[in-house]
Amino acid sequence: MDDPGQPVAYMERTRAYYRALGYKADYVWAHHDDVPFTRLAKPLAASRVALLTTASPLDASNKDAKGWRHVWSAPVDPAPDKLDTHDLSWDKETTHTNDRESFLPLAAARRLAAEGRIAGLTPRFHGVPTEYSIRKTRTQDAPDALTRLHEDGADAAILCAL
Amino acid sequence: MCHQTVSLIARHLEQNGIPTVVIGSARDIVEYCGVPRFVFTDFPLGNPAGLPWQPDMQRAIVAQALDLLETATAPRTTVVAPFAWNGDPGWRSVYNRVTPENADALRALGDERRRKMLARKPVKD
Repeated sequence: MDDPGQPVAYMERTRAYYRALGYKADYVWAHHDDVPFTRLAKPLAASRVALLTTASPLDASNKDAKGWRHVWSAPVDPAPDKLDTHDLSWDKETTHTNDRESFLPLAAARRLAAEGRIAGLTPRFHGVPTEYSIRKTRTQDAPDALTRLHEDGADAAILCAL
Repeated sequence: MCHQTVSLIARHLEQNGIPTVVIGSARDIVEYCGVPRFVFTDFPLGNPAGLPWQPDMQRAIVAQALDLLETATAPRTTVVAPFAWNGDPGWRSVYNRVTPENADALRALGDERRRKMLARKPVKD
């Protein structure tokens, strides 16, 4: 039974779930002793912020011929009302993702830009594929996302996990 | 896995000079991976940036993330969003639950997934 006051133990939950699915080996989660840290290079009010999501475009244009997903980008204005979250693992019994702002808060960020909290958003938001392969994320998707943020002149990034 | 993915991406961006903040609802996965800044929203997975159709809450959570970009002085800084899930109070037990009643269905689901994966060229890890 879960303690109602405690965060869900998702790694433990996932371990039990995948054993029930019949997988022989437990998933090995990414773990690091050291964590990088970079300070803002300019005041927040002068900074341009990029938003990243793990959702996909509705037209599946982030998938290659073999079905593998890749990093993708789309304009923040106009932003798509809906994104595809079907393939991702979230609590589909309890909630929904019909409100894009609940997982990719572009309008909320724009409100804060209008209030002067940040200089603005980058012209595009970016989608990163959720992968079991830590290596693929590290060696392919993370460098790809970095390149796109550099292209957009991002000073900082907010990453929202579904 | 979404939380691990964004955590790994955040680490890479940070290593390359871009400050980051993760917004998410799986605290254990993000903190086990290790990220510079994290806004934890204690909601069911799917709505990390605020409850659906609640723009003021969503704005407050993004504002909290921006505050963290400015105020964090060291990595592994986690703040908790001051909001609670407003639906089923038993939501914590729902996601990926395993029970005697669904054991056969889960095993069949696993078999189907393995069949599909065999049809694709795997990325070696």
